[in-house]
Amino acid sequence: MSETWQMNESFRLKVGLAEMLKGGVIMDVTNVEQARIAEDAGAVAVMALERVPSDIRKEGGVARMANIAIIKAIQEQVTIPVMAKVRIGHFVEAQVLEALAVDFIDESEVLTPADEEHHVMKSDFKVPFVCGARNLGEALRRISEGAAMIRTKGEAGSGNVVEAVRHIRAIVGEMRALTVMRPEEAAVEAKRLNAPLDLVRWVAEHGHLPVPNFSAGGIATPADAALVMQLGAEAVFVGSGIFKSADPAERARAIVRAATHYNEPEVLLECSQGLGEAMPGLDIAKMKDEEKMAARGW
Amino acid sequence: MNVGILALQGDYEAHAQALTRLGATPALVKHARQLDEIDGLVIPGGESTTFLKFLERDGFSAAITRAVQSGLPVLGTCAGAILLAKRVENPAQASLGLLDATVRRNAYGRQVDSFIDTGDFQGQPMEMVFIRAPQFGSLGDGVEVLGTCRERPVFVRQKNVMAGAFHPELGRDGRVHQLLLDAIRERRKNG
Repeated sequence: MSETWQMNESFRLKVGLAEMLKGGVIMDVTNVEQARIAEDAGAVAVMALERVPSDIRKEGGVARMANIAIIKAIQEQVTIPVMAKVRIGHFVEAQVLEALAVDFIDESEVLTPADEEHHVMKSDFKVPFVCGARNLGEALRRISEGAAMIRTKGEAGSGNVVEAVRHIRAIVGEMRALTVMRPEEAAVEAKRLNAPLDLVRWVAEHGHLPVPNFSAGGIATPADAALVMQLGAEAVFVGSGIFKSADPAERARAIVRAATHYNEPEVLLECSQGLGEAMPGLDIAKMKDEEKMAARGW
Repeated sequence: MNVGILALQGDYEAHAQALTRLGATPALVKHARQLDEIDGLVIPGGESTTFLKFLERDGFSAAITRAVQSGLPVLGTCAGAILLAKRVENPAQASLGLLDATVRRNAYGRQVDSFIDTGDFQGQPMEMVFIRAPQFGSLGDGVEVLGTCRERPVFVRQKNVMAGAFHPELGRDGRVHQLLLDAIRERRKNG
């Protein structure tokens, strides 16, 4: 077989940090107080935002990189890694966040895209990037641009896990199919997936992505977190699901426990109790196409 | 040889692979009751603040302390080293306190300051991966320095307690994990 894909030193460091976050919960926070609640609950990282996705959805308008003052204040308050989002293709927002030394950048469909054709060349940066994906082809295109972590897109701010489930099933299923293909079949599959052949071959050989594969977009309960993890996600992002619920601290703690004990129903039973109301959810089937964030990104 | 890996969160799978390559059988430890079934323990990299949330429940940290004090060999890397240390700085936080050392969290800075470099491990060169790594400060009398990098101690040992500021599990070099397996063998021979 021909050359397969390999990591350089800078990429190993980026993926290394992603490895440290496995089995954990990354929480969206919009201020210092929420960041403290998240860290106290056991979050492995926080995503500093100006508005959580459900508010972006409600309020509309152009959603951009968060106010620097908010990110800075959060960086000063917590000891866990701090992530922040940039618009798809907005490499200058990424340069600004790198200068601010955030620990991870999310090139995110939750914000309004800045470029409808190109993504950020993430390999040009020292800071690691995470990108959303709905299927294996999209995941591998992002990795070829330098993403050090993939997360399902799900449907952010919906409180509905159905899209996250669809996306993790698609990615894991397409990887499983590759592992039983003959080399010439994998080459055809690379064409169908619209993904680089060296990365497709890597996945065919190993059966998983070369970077951690997390889940995001609609996770609102401990059972939701355990569901995507039993389906193959290695950690979860929870956005609106925590701070739009009745008791954020309690729910945050419960989702952290559920991510660790994701295949132990007795523990999941314990952490599913006494949480108060979850965030209200949206029916994705009734959403108009232009309301869906997952379709952003190419 | 059953080597437990604390699997609350973090890169425990990478440790499992490293141990498997050396012929040991890794066991993922998520509950205190599993500590009775293992011959050695790894505390992996991850977020030490997250680990603490779990260790504070159901007497988990007391159970680890008892096992290690009765001689169970333990290896901590990065967050694991932080948890093993008696004194933690930047900021101060709770720990298992099984290693007479001061550890400073995130001592090299944020992720942009993470690095890979060649250090010295027991007199031989070793590639070392540092990710938002801690540093060892003052070390007690019984603590030996087995590894150094950039003129700082990065791997230390106090009897059955071994701790590294870097991530041996992220490379292919098995010497650090071999040290743990040797300690397990030694204890069996004497026990």
